Amino acid sequence: MTDMAKDFPTAAPQTPRLDFNTPALQRRRRRRAFEDRLARWYVSIGGLAVLGAITLIFFYLAQVVLPMFQGAELNVHGEPQRPAWLADQGEALLLAVEEQNQVAMRLDTHGQVRFFEANGEKRLLGQAALPIPEGAEILSLGRDQPGSNRLVLGLSNGQALVVGHSYRVTYPDNRKTITPSIDYPYGEAPIQLDPQGRPLQEVAMNVGNDGLLLAGSTGNQVLALELSREENLLSGETTLSERRLELPQLAEPVKALLIDPRQLWLYVINGRSTADVFDLRQQTLNGRYKLLADPQAEVTEVAALLGGISLMIGDSTGGIQQWFMARGEAGPELKNIRGFQLNGSPIVQILPEERRKGFIALDAAGNLGVFHSTAHRTLLIEPVAGAAAQAALSPRADRLLVESAGRLQGFELDNPHPEISWSALWSKVWYESYDEPKYIWQSTSANSDFEPKLSLSPLTFGTLKAAFYAMLLAAPMAICAAIYTAYFMAPAMRSKVKPVIELMEALPTVILGFFAGLFLAPYVEAHLPGIFSLLLLTPLGILAAAYGWSRLPESIRLRVPDGWEAALLIPVILAVGALALGMSGHLENWFFGGDMRLWLSNDLGIPFDQRNALVVGLAMGFAVIPNIYSIAEDAVFSVPKSLTLGSLALGATPWQTLTRVVILTASPGIFSALMIGLGRAVGETMIVLMATGNTPIMDINIFEGLRTLAANVAVEMPESEVGSSHYRVLFLAALVLLSFTFIMNTAAEMIRTRLRKKYASL
Amino acid sequence: MKQQNLKTWFKSGSPWVWMTGGGVSIAVIMTIGLLMLIAVRGLGHFWPADVLEADYQVPGQPAQVVAGEVVEAEEVPRARLAASGLPVDADGGEFMTRELLKVGNRELFGADFNWVVGEWLANPRKPESLVVFERREWGNFYGYLLGVKESGRLVAEGEGAWKELLSRIERVAGLHEQLAQLERADIGRVNHALERLRLKERGLELGGDLDADAQADLAAERAQWGVRYRELESQLVVLQQEFNRDSVLVRTADGREEEITLGKVVRAYQPNAMGLGEKFGFYFAKLWEFVSDEPREANTEGGIFPAIFGTVMMTLIMAVLVTPFGVLAAIYLREYAKQGPLTRVIRIAVNNLAGVPAIVYGVFGLGFFVYVLGGSIDRLLFAEALPAPTFGTPGLLWASLTLAILAVPVVIVATEEGLARIPRALREGSLALGATKAETLWKVVLPMASPAMMTGLILAVARAAGEVAPLMLVGVVKLAPSLPVDGNYPYLHLDQKIMHLGFHIYDVGFQSPNVEAARPLVYATALLLVLVIALLNLSAVYIRNRLREKYKALDH
Repeated sequence: MTDMAKDFPTAAPQTPRLDFNTPALQRRRRRRAFEDRLARWYVSIGGLAVLGAITLIFFYLAQVVLPMFQGAELNVHGEPQRPAWLADQGEALLLAVEEQNQVAMRLDTHGQVRFFEANGEKRLLGQAALPIPEGAEILSLGRDQPGSNRLVLGLSNGQALVVGHSYRVTYPDNRKTITPSIDYPYGEAPIQLDPQGRPLQEVAMNVGNDGLLLAGSTGNQVLALELSREENLLSGETTLSERRLELPQLAEPVKALLIDPRQLWLYVINGRSTADVFDLRQQTLNGRYKLLADPQAEVTEVAALLGGISLMIGDSTGGIQQWFMARGEAGPELKNIRGFQLNGSPIVQILPEERRKGFIALDAAGNLGVFHSTAHRTLLIEPVAGAAAQAALSPRADRLLVESAGRLQGFELDNPHPEISWSALWSKVWYESYDEPKYIWQSTSANSDFEPKLSLSPLTFGTLKAAFYAMLLAAPMAICAAIYTAYFMAPAMRSKVKPVIELMEALPTVILGFFAGLFLAPYVEAHLPGIFSLLLLTPLGILAAAYGWSRLPESIRLRVPDGWEAALLIPVILAVGALALGMSGHLENWFFGGDMRLWLSNDLGIPFDQRNALVVGLAMGFAVIPNIYSIAEDAVFSVPKSLTLGSLALGATPWQTLTRVVILTASPGIFSALMIGLGRAVGETMIVLMATGNTPIMDINIFEGLRTLAANVAVEMPESEVGSSHYRVLFLAALVLLSFTFIMNTAAEMIRTRLRKKYASL
Repeated sequence: MKQQNLKTWFKSGSPWVWMTGGGVSIAVIMTIGLLMLIAVRGLGHFWPADVLEADYQVPGQPAQVVAGEVVEAEEVPRARLAASGLPVDADGGEFMTRELLKVGNRELFGADFNWVVGEWLANPRKPESLVVFERREWGNFYGYLLGVKESGRLVAEGEGAWKELLSRIERVAGLHEQLAQLERADIGRVNHALERLRLKERGLELGGDLDADAQADLAAERAQWGVRYRELESQLVVLQQEFNRDSVLVRTADGREEEITLGKVVRAYQPNAMGLGEKFGFYFAKLWEFVSDEPREANTEGGIFPAIFGTVMMTLIMAVLVTPFGVLAAIYLREYAKQGPLTRVIRIAVNNLAGVPAIVYGVFGLGFFVYVLGGSIDRLLFAEALPAPTFGTPGLLWASLTLAILAVPVVIVATEEGLARIPRALREGSLALGATKAETLWKVVLPMASPAMMTGLILAVARAAGEVAPLMLVGVVKLAPSLPVDGNYPYLHLDQKIMHLGFHIYDVGFQSPNVEAARPLVYATALLLVLVIALLNLSAVYIRNRLREKYKALDH
């Protein structure tokens, strides 16, 4: 080669040497190099961006979910103020903030009401004096349900005054103006609760459908008065009718009174830590309950939660216990549901939220605790004052006003998702009005004091139940089919069967779902015995056909080559199917009195839904079969031929070779196929949405419906308020699905990769 | 194989081979059975079945005449019928037949369908003069034609009435088209213009540019459109009157007389009098109506054209979005990224994303695309329309984008596979001739990998077309007021909600007030969807197989 130049030293001396470095070519080369670099950058950045966008899903879901598990945050809002008007006021009985967080109210022991700015300098906006009769004093205060803005004052002359405070929002000159006012829904004249005129040390009230119920106590005596307003239809006049309820006397002095919102129960807290519950309908004692286990501790504060069903009992050791009436062994009894703990000082004030089942508590050392009852969560504990303080929580629970030692301080409370906790999502929770702790998913309801029940357990259970029944059908069939296709089937038939299975894989699930819901569900219901005999008879029919075939004369058998058994079986299975379904009605008549469904629910006590887990299992099994099939078939098919041929050469039958060599070698691949199938079954949405009744129950019964995580998201997501706890819980459900399937698929993929390497070495 | 006794037969393992074979057979039977069932039920719906008239005698009640199409018949154990409260004789055969009759006349009977016991039907007949009226509301009407009226005056009766009726129905059909054109296109344009004016005014107001001049301009323009609107409205009133001019006098099988306004009638036919040829003609007309017409009666009648259009539109936009990005990512992964453990992890992750439940993508699409991206777009570009969201609500664009994210792993995997299949020699040859990497890629590798990309794209489209769960969250509705493409600027409305074949199946089958009437239509829709997806998949398989052969030749 090197001689070439020497051989033709003067070859074509006239022709100019090719110059590859002309400026034009250099420019061109530079441009090409630049283009190459540009392409590299473009592809790299673009490719990474696409890959990044895909992984964004995971991070976005996590980012939406995370705020749920963060605690509350309390920030000082504005400077502490000592407004001049506050100096000559009596001790505060009540502080309140209205809805817009602009106007606050303070009621003192002299019956003076002051409205003032909730923000800034806390300037006085208005004032009023309550019509307290001459010579009487305010001794006690009782509040109606959280959010009602009604309260009752117990006076020293045995009278009680019902007062309401309201805030009207108007827009004169396009500026929002809030006008506070005091009203007296039952008249300005106090109601004589104690006919003997003894001082009312405790009072309680409740306004229900039937009217006003007042309760008061003088020492050991509890008094109750029912006032109902009746409107005369003709004259339009309203008259108040009174009814006194007779209640037995108590042994110890009364500490607090509370009335159940349905006006069924009167809770009387007395002595150190005892609660007497009176049945108001029958005017009898329901029971006497010991509220605190510690004999040294004493009840210091009692409040009702939103809805009035739960009592929150604060004690002298800083503990807060939730109690409500639930059915016990002998009728309803007051039960301790759960407890919370603030710092060690006695609880002085418990303020329920007006929109949620949360509450805040203050202790004697000035510590504030933010809690949520259903989620059993302590969201925040922080000191807000040096010593005992009086506080008000705004209706939206985002603002706090604290008065201590003549000083007013505002706080901002950021507590968006108190109702979610790990235990509320996954463990049994004792909800209000339930007799025991339960797993329940019920995200919305019509009434406003509803306790959201956001347990993911029934949904996860439903998901696994659906997946289990689907796998029960799909796994054996798909693996059998895969083994047969890969190992026994004639190639000619294989090329015909594979597209059919691929088509099966491509079928949209909405079609399977609609088929299951509209055709299969009623059909299965009408042919239950047929379906079960089909499941039983098909394997038997196949065996019988196989045996029959083996007894046929060889001249016939040899006409069909090996590997076509499956084709021969098609008419057999069709015949068995026709037989099983055809005799369904007869079986029903002979064994089940004409209606198996009735027989199931009446004789066996098994509830039956038309759209049930059996239907889901059949339909979703259908959807999962091709997924498992294609991967398992691949695994069996790629078992090296040398292994099987070796085994056959040593005298093993094909079946022995299959069970002892092929399946063992391919088992990791088959396992990964099952995992991928399970991942698919868990995430499937449309089939379960359409083929089940979507009832979130926890029952393994194959004849009952279920609700899966995926279907739940599809059903509830469109109605969920953006950013609400419900919305985030649905995102959590999606994240759980994503993580589960991702982990399953990754594990399956890794098993397959390892298997492939192993085969390669063989 | 020799003949064996049972024990040796079991020992040989041959029964188990047959059992595994049974798995294949069952899978094949299930698939083909399902497809056939859907095909038969879906296609059968359009056939003009004979209408049966019979005397229905429930024991202990006076006989009545019923007329209707037999939709379904089944054998039911006698005991079950008795349990459902029917006065069934205790003795007799083990089973009784129960037939589902489509009796129509919903305004008279309360329901279109009626279960009857076959044994109690006496004297069945198929009168040729029985007419089926397909109506725009209240479903079908079955009855006998008595006469045709024009503005309340009887114009035809008896023999001539049928001919008269047919010609007048044709006239009404023409009027209906004119009305639709007027309402949809003309008045729609006016409304669209007025809405744009309102937004313009609001935009000016927000920008602080709404002065007297601008206001006067707007008012003038508005007045102009107002004139046009009144003009169209008067036309509309005239057309409406014309439309409702004629009516027919009919008598039901049980003797009640009714008058039906012809404006409500889509078509009338006498199925019992039709010959086979006529029936076929009718069948294809109905089939064409199904794919080309709009739905009627809460989607239980009429066609599914908007759903087909919506599906195609959404899939097209998805394909346009997914191809460049998927291919780009695949090229990066295969050609440019350093092959190491990290690339392997990414590859596995991408592969597995194809197996993530579709609903997860829907949740992501709703949260990220609709609320985050759409919300931002609204604040930046469509502030004048707020608080009504433009892009901050589920719509066509977001549905397509969500599906694109869902389908991008499919394209990446398929393209990568295609790139990997290209023999090294080709690449090296190109590089040896002095081409840069980019040139090799562009001129040699990509053209050869294009069938693989095509396969990936087709598979992605097939997957996207069949997916419903995520779409329920990001932009598909049961009834979209108009198509996303029309004659009003900007012609393609990416923010509009669409109808979708898959969702149509779910909605009509499960949320419809009249499931029984809707069922055949659901089967037909399902058949259409299956056909589209089977076609896409088969073409992908075909391309893949051709591709393999091509490279087989190159390998040697």
